[in-house]
Amino acid sequence: MKGPLVRRVSTIAVAGISTAALAFTLTACGESSTDSGGSGGGKGVGLAFDVGGRDDHSFNESAARGLDKAEKELGIKSKMMTAKNGETEAEREQRLSSLADKGYNPVIGVGFNYAKSIEKVAKDFPKTNFAIVDSVVQGPNINSITFGEHEGSYLAGAAAALKSKTGKVGFIGGVDNELIKKFQAGFEQGAKETNPKVEVTSEYLGSTDKGFNDPAAAKDKAKGMLDRDIDVIYTAAGLSGNGSIEAVAGKKDAWAIGVDSDQYQQPGLEKYKDHILTSVVKNVDVAVFDMIKSVKDGKPLTGPHQYLLKDGGVSLATSGGFIDDIKAKIEEAKKNIVDGKVVVKSTVKS
Amino acid sequence: MKKFDKNKVILGIAAPLLAIVAALVITSIIIAATGKDPFHAYEVMVDFGSKADSQVWIINKATPYYLSALAVAIGFRMNLFNIGVDGQYRIAAFFAAAVGGALTLPGIIQIPVIIIVAMLVGALWAGIAGLLKTTRGVSEVISTIMLNAIGASVIAYFLKDGRLAVKEGNLVHTPYLPDSAHFFEIPTTPKPIYGFVIIAVLAGIAYWFVLGRTRFGFDLRTVGQSESAAQASGVSVKRMVITAMLLSGAMAGLVGMPTLLGVSYNYGTDFPAGIGFTGIAIALLGRNHPIGMVAGALLWGFLDRTGTQLEFEGYAQEIVGVIQGVIVLCVVIAYELVRRYGLKMQQRKVGEELAAQARKSDKAEVSA
Repeated sequence: MKGPLVRRVSTIAVAGISTAALAFTLTACGESSTDSGGSGGGKGVGLAFDVGGRDDHSFNESAARGLDKAEKELGIKSKMMTAKNGETEAEREQRLSSLADKGYNPVIGVGFNYAKSIEKVAKDFPKTNFAIVDSVVQGPNINSITFGEHEGSYLAGAAAALKSKTGKVGFIGGVDNELIKKFQAGFEQGAKETNPKVEVTSEYLGSTDKGFNDPAAAKDKAKGMLDRDIDVIYTAAGLSGNGSIEAVAGKKDAWAIGVDSDQYQQPGLEKYKDHILTSVVKNVDVAVFDMIKSVKDGKPLTGPHQYLLKDGGVSLATSGGFIDDIKAKIEEAKKNIVDGKVVVKSTVKS
Repeated sequence: MKKFDKNKVILGIAAPLLAIVAALVITSIIIAATGKDPFHAYEVMVDFGSKADSQVWIINKATPYYLSALAVAIGFRMNLFNIGVDGQYRIAAFFAAAVGGALTLPGIIQIPVIIIVAMLVGALWAGIAGLLKTTRGVSEVISTIMLNAIGASVIAYFLKDGRLAVKEGNLVHTPYLPDSAHFFEIPTTPKPIYGFVIIAVLAGIAYWFVLGRTRFGFDLRTVGQSESAAQASGVSVKRMVITAMLLSGAMAGLVGMPTLLGVSYNYGTDFPAGIGFTGIAIALLGRNHPIGMVAGALLWGFLDRTGTQLEFEGYAQEIVGVIQGVIVLCVVIAYELVRRYGLKMQQRKVGEELAAQARKSDKAEVSA
């Protein structure tokens, strides 16, 4: 029903508004937002979370605990920011450089997604100290923190094999990538070496980082496994793991194995805790605390740092007491790994 | 006659103005409800967004948004709701990256080859939905959104070490494009603007010209307004549906190109997702108008850029998402309100004129 005139008029209106907007933004041209700051220090810790955020009851939360401890014990202030699903590289870079620019030091990227952006931003802010969790990045001011997830997962596999009544155990990975494959490899090896007859099923939620932030998908996957008589399910999927634990809690005699944090202790998962057999704890908090302390002491950590089973970087949680009956066997497996008698593979053969 | 025109001018300006004011009022109320000062938030956003590096960032961010909005708008103009732009640009970028990574040609051939592959794959993927609609009557809303999921699975299948991808640490991606395939950059300080912004502008001009100034564009819009009328005037609706879907898909194929040719140089598990859905919001915001969508895309980029700054001032991270949603709703509602009001005014006017005519002829009859 619109005549040509009305269309032309709205064209003019839109054109006018957009030119006005453009002219408005151009006025401040030449001045850069990073001109003012970037002196490299003073404000405390800048922590950039991966998808799922601080309260994912798992990976991010473990990092947050390290920060909380630093706040309490070292009296350090902090700023926490969280990634969104499907972010672009530009957004991650912006998050890190904003933190560095505002004077936060160290700046810690929690999750391998930050690998590329940390590399770039660390060059732009040579006076700021950076740390990256779960990835190795080169740079004179970067501390690369990695963990022995496969070793912790080996113990979880052993526990699952010992506790399963049906002889079938399952692994759910959040994202099909090298990091999560480490969990899968360790779990499968641990289960098989404890009981060669046990059947291990491993499945993934997807190949993009949405897999770490999709509890509904994890719930469906876990239900599917329960229907196939799998009675112990280990989920390494960040926030998504909550969905899997919820599904497992709906079935009698089924067990869930948590990841990254001691999920039995998580208030948000209290309803389901009677079904949380144990958790493969990844002590991101220890690594984060180490980093913050090192910067505070004026001796910032740089280069690659591995946190393995023998260093207490990963461990198997015992809260709830559900694995007390198999404690001896778990301890034995742990000792074998620490002594080097058992070498846990970190890759899955395909 | 003059007076009527003035009303139309007012109506034309009323809609965007109403939308902006309403959006500002509502977001202010929301921010105030979270216990924060809304005006300070706007100040922070404008201040940070007007810095030179922010402007570069915003333009770079807006480029794929704009292309995505164009792709959606092509469908909108003929009443096709292509929600599949998201899947189309991802699968297009993926195969373009795979082809580009396997070839080493001079840049002048390599870059067009990559772009053409992307447009073809995008068109093909959207064309499936067009074909399903014309042959089986499947709603494109359903088929395109399903094709998003299928596209994601296809990518996941091929994006594995040993298939079409290589491993690099925790990331899996297609082999890097050779240096010859890097798109030029516009050297601005402190960071460059992607050269692809020029392609986006050209695409906008092409959109305006083809839809607004050609016989084909006229047919397309006619089908959008009334299928039966178009059919009666000799336009093949089925053919138009397929052509529009192909064009929309080809445009969607361009969405991933600024990232592929200017930033990542590969398609990996970290390739940005969701731009296709942002495109829907921006097409709505820009009323499918080539310049309106520029404004929409820039506004979106501005909000993305300045949102993080709000966090430093203690505002919730989600505020920006809320603002974006409110703006789209306000625009849609404002335009609809103004359209209805204009229609009512027009009806009243026509009614009065008819009544006046009737009175005149009554008089004429009496006097006869």
